[in-house]
Amino acid sequence: MTELLVPIVVATLAAGTPLVFAALGELVAEKSGVLNLGVEGMMLVGAIAAFAATVASGSAWVGVLAGMLAGAAMSFVFAVLALTLQANQVAAGLALSLFGLGLSAFAGKPLESVALQAPQAVPVPLLSEIPLLGPMLFSHQPLVYLSWLMAVLVSLFLYRSRAGLVLRAVGESPASATAIGYPAIAIRYLATLFGGAMAGIAGAFLSIVYTPMWVEGMTAGRGWIALALVVFATWRPARVLAGAYLFGGVTMLQFFAQGAGVAVASQLLSSLPYLATIVVLVLISRNPHTIRLNAPVSLGKPYHPDA
Amino acid sequence: MRLRLEARPAPSRAMRYLSPLVATALTVVAGFIVFSGLGREPLAAFHAFFVRPVSSLNGLAELVLKASPLMLIATGLAIGYRANVWNIGAEGQLILGAIFGGGLALAFPGAESRWFLVLMVLAGATGGLLWAAIPALLRNRFNTNEILVSLMLVYVATLLLSYLVHGPWRDPQGFNFPQSRMFADAALYPILAEPTRLNAGFLVALGAVACGWLFIERSFLGYQMRVAGLAEAAARYAGFSSGRTVWIGMLAGGAAAGIAGVGEVAGPIGQLTSSVSPGYGFAAIIVAFVGRLNPVGIVFASLLMSLLYLGGESAQMELRLPSAITGLFQGMLLFFLLGSDVLVHYRVRLLPRAPAPREEAAA
Repeated sequence: MTELLVPIVVATLAAGTPLVFAALGELVAEKSGVLNLGVEGMMLVGAIAAFAATVASGSAWVGVLAGMLAGAAMSFVFAVLALTLQANQVAAGLALSLFGLGLSAFAGKPLESVALQAPQAVPVPLLSEIPLLGPMLFSHQPLVYLSWLMAVLVSLFLYRSRAGLVLRAVGESPASATAIGYPAIAIRYLATLFGGAMAGIAGAFLSIVYTPMWVEGMTAGRGWIALALVVFATWRPARVLAGAYLFGGVTMLQFFAQGAGVAVASQLLSSLPYLATIVVLVLISRNPHTIRLNAPVSLGKPYHPDA
Repeated sequence: MRLRLEARPAPSRAMRYLSPLVATALTVVAGFIVFSGLGREPLAAFHAFFVRPVSSLNGLAELVLKASPLMLIATGLAIGYRANVWNIGAEGQLILGAIFGGGLALAFPGAESRWFLVLMVLAGATGGLLWAAIPALLRNRFNTNEILVSLMLVYVATLLLSYLVHGPWRDPQGFNFPQSRMFADAALYPILAEPTRLNAGFLVALGAVACGWLFIERSFLGYQMRVAGLAEAAARYAGFSSGRTVWIGMLAGGAAAGIAGVGEVAGPIGQLTSSVSPGYGFAAIIVAFVGRLNPVGIVFASLLMSLLYLGGESAQMELRLPSAITGLFQGMLLFFLLGSDVLVHYRVRLLPRAPAPREEAAA
């Protein structure tokens, strides 16, 4: 039993990691009132930038940095459209996703047949020697640990720091925040850029650690699932973590079911994460109070200080 | 010097119609920059991308052929978008239309009646309708976000089609390729202009666009939905049902996408394969916006978007660039459109110097 348990947990955590990064980033952006539907596009561009940079430099860390910068650059385009030029956020986010899909497919064509060696997992000294828990929780890729650290940091930032309080205030009422002297638009810019950088890291994890190769459209809807996760988590970082691993588990289910020789069409198993997303959205949205109490009040609404 | 946005007292009508043209011009300019950046002679590349594909009769027929599903879907989506109902899963609804219509064609390989095609179109519309009904039902019953649900269903639809053509519907004589048998002649749209591939599906699309125009501009229901999109509170006060708005908004797009799906499998493809659309369902979202959610504008926008598809194919053959460049241009077009739309609601003013920050905070 335990021989099976360890690989299942390890694979689940790995499959959930890109969702943790992307959803935490989007959560911060949404807390400031910005609904960026372009996560899928930012992840894809992050993934191809990270892959190309890793191939060129030979260093996975250079790749992660490139992915992060590419994701942030994408979110900057969104921010200019939605925050400065007052475009509809839904439309601008869709545009970002479509653009990212096109840009990454175009830029990735020459790299489609290149293979990368996945970086070695880094066991945490001492902790990884704990029986059972050690191999399950402390023998991972560095980015997995980073995702946990980010969850803690985002949580502390939002709920235990003054800057986080200001950011949440901007998300509730940008006009009030402006009135007491905070630069609402600048804060939204920063939150959006953070979301882009995190989506970029999520993409980098996929293309240089998880897969590790470049395939057109390789995020396969994970950016959209991350958006659903933020709703599912009712905008709380800790629940993002739980939700991401739930999805990681559903994703892994297909591989273990196929390995165990379960006679179900592979396509049915592959569609489980998408169906699970729908089920989860229904469960959480069923009670309108849950959403209304937790969603930032100004989410998705354009704000112009002069208007 | 700095730029400042000043709200217009009323949205500018002129800019509403000008901004798609500005966006198109900016996309072309960006194209020049991209081509130069890739080391291609910009003028030659421009010619290969935007001109050569449509400089023959066959090219023009292909332009209209590819524009047909785009205008059809975009008109359906526009009905929803006007009411703030965001169906972005048209690609999945298109696939379900192809499965329903194509399934009918496979079930009756001996069909000979010319009415059989009508049945296929109805079946396809039903397929798209049912797939779009899921997000509509969930939004109305459980308050679920229709953007995410409709998008998730795109992936499910893709996998369902893949299952069918790999499994039960695979052509036994097809050398194990993931594709069905070819459809009977009665299950194919008649060609309008030999020797091109332009078929009667174009007329179906035009008819649907006309119906969409009548609905949006001339029906009371269409008016109610427009009000719901512009001022939700006003719509509620007037007693317009928001549930019905969601239903109609979603189903219009679903039915249109389903019909477009039949148009692909009963048109240029002629069978079911694992990929029945090069992303028409997503490109149609851009078409709807660039066409200003107006069926007349959508016809023009669909021709432009179709040209981007043809240009991508031409760029692959003549410039040795990946045809994925189409997606790049499509995305840029929407970016530029959203960017130039700022001019509809705002005037851009040049101010000599930034005013003192205190003053601005007080204002």
